[in-house]
Amino acid sequence: MEWEVVIGLEIHVQLATQTKIFSGASTAFGAEPNTQACAVDLALPGTLPVFNENALRMAIMFGLAIDAEIGKRSVFERKNYFYPDLPKGYQTTQLAEPIVGTGHVDIQLEDGSSRRVRIHHAHLEEDAGKSLHEDFHGMSGIDLNRAGTPLVEIVSEPDMRSAKEAAAYARKIHAIVTTLGICDGNMAEGSMRCDCNVSIRPKGQEALGTRTELKNINSFRFIERAIETEVARQIDLIEDGGRVVQETRLYDPDRNETRSMRSKEEANDYRYFPCPDLLPVIIDDAYIETIREQLPELPDARRQRFIDQYSLSDYDAGVLASERAQADYFEEVVTLTGDAKLSANWITGELARFLNQADLSISASPVSAQQLAGLIQRIQDDTITGKIGKNVFELLWNEGGTADSIIEAKGLKQVNDSGAIEAAIDQVIAQCTPQVDQYIAAEPDKRGKMLGFFMGQVMKLTQGKANPGQVQGLLKQKLDQLC
Amino acid sequence: MSLDRSDVERIAHLARLAIHEPEIPEYTESLNSILSLIDQMQATPTDGIEPLAHPLDAVQRLRSDVVTEANQRDSLQACAPAVEDGLFLVPKVIE
Repeated sequence: MEWEVVIGLEIHVQLATQTKIFSGASTAFGAEPNTQACAVDLALPGTLPVFNENALRMAIMFGLAIDAEIGKRSVFERKNYFYPDLPKGYQTTQLAEPIVGTGHVDIQLEDGSSRRVRIHHAHLEEDAGKSLHEDFHGMSGIDLNRAGTPLVEIVSEPDMRSAKEAAAYARKIHAIVTTLGICDGNMAEGSMRCDCNVSIRPKGQEALGTRTELKNINSFRFIERAIETEVARQIDLIEDGGRVVQETRLYDPDRNETRSMRSKEEANDYRYFPCPDLLPVIIDDAYIETIREQLPELPDARRQRFIDQYSLSDYDAGVLASERAQADYFEEVVTLTGDAKLSANWITGELARFLNQADLSISASPVSAQQLAGLIQRIQDDTITGKIGKNVFELLWNEGGTADSIIEAKGLKQVNDSGAIEAAIDQVIAQCTPQVDQYIAAEPDKRGKMLGFFMGQVMKLTQGKANPGQVQGLLKQKLDQLC
Repeated sequence: MSLDRSDVERIAHLARLAIHEPEIPEYTESLNSILSLIDQMQATPTDGIEPLAHPLDAVQRLRSDVVTEANQRDSLQACAPAVEDGLFLVPKVIE
């Protein structure tokens, strides 16, 4: 039977505020345990929450970015559960009247088409603390620094039909929240976390199958792998005559499997009710419009502008616009070099490779936009070859400085002197008699391909410094004279 | 609507309340009498009335996003039953 996969995502985004959603304690990452947990976060008797305006503004920014209705009246509710990482005994969240109503985002698929994913709503809530289960004499250690960190939970409709679409949607949300500057987007530190609701149904069937929820997935790659693994499990189960049970499952990346965490039977009854400690949040149109005016250019608009203004491919434009810092970096480089394609290639190629290896974000790149532009300019004006450019880049990365100072110090200037190039070519032809004989014996239309070998030898002999265009022309001329 | 013994046990479990076996009939009875009051209230026509989120006719005040709470871990942990390495220690809970 042919199966259709149905996926909906709940994405938790930690807002980049200075302080908690309901207290004046800092939200900075990585502090000593419990040094950023004040009396409110600890739920000491007599404390009361006071709502952080910046969290409200950020949630509204997100709502405007996904073209959603903004709740002019929103209400906080208590979601009751007992867990030591939230000492109040409930999470303050929103249910019936969230700050962000229905909206949508468009995702780009690999075949170049796009698909609209509807967003059911997005609401404000507080994060929980962290439980550490290493052995503290048979007890658990609790760090409440994260308790009360503002979150926006973004709930999509079940509009995605493959693991790839789900990952593309998560990337788009990531691009939007980082461009808005409302989240640092660091998934490894838990700034954005994803729960995936997954079900399958026979192709053509309208009714949804029973879904399972995959919890707390913290990378785009794991979103894809977890969903693929879970879909395979559900198909096997149904085709073997079983049925899917509605439950929460945990994805284990090490073993690439999902396993049951809790079933619906044991599911908590959260007994929501309006929080008596917080009044309804009321905002007016003017407030919303002031925020709208301050929105930056959003990823979709920027991607389109990159295509129109710089003639970049859909792919390059999409990659560059997916993060604001990267898009800013690109525009700074291109302003200096005037060559969008070459600049894009360096940023999505060499720079991205080095950043990945060092696990750095582009804003922490040791090679600044000006430094990279300085390098690209020396390639443009034929001072160095593209190949040498990669060496210069590595030196810029490791030692700093400017492309000019490195080229000067290391004597990397491109050789454009045709006399010197000809001498190198003559030497290669003299040393590679068997290959020259093969070249002469080959059909003329096969010779083009064989040229590559000689190119490589000449470049090696000149330590990569010979102007490749000149080498190719002169090489072909000299070899063809022998035929 | 009326509750039976198993409802009461479930509610007690959700609220993490330890109730003693002999007390269950009493709780069942008193909870049921509260429910009958709620039944009366639910009979009141409320069409066209907006649900009340808060009894005060007031609006939430907003706070500026400025750190006002300094680290007071030592004094806040002074009343905790068990701490280690800056962490609060609690009975082990793993779902």
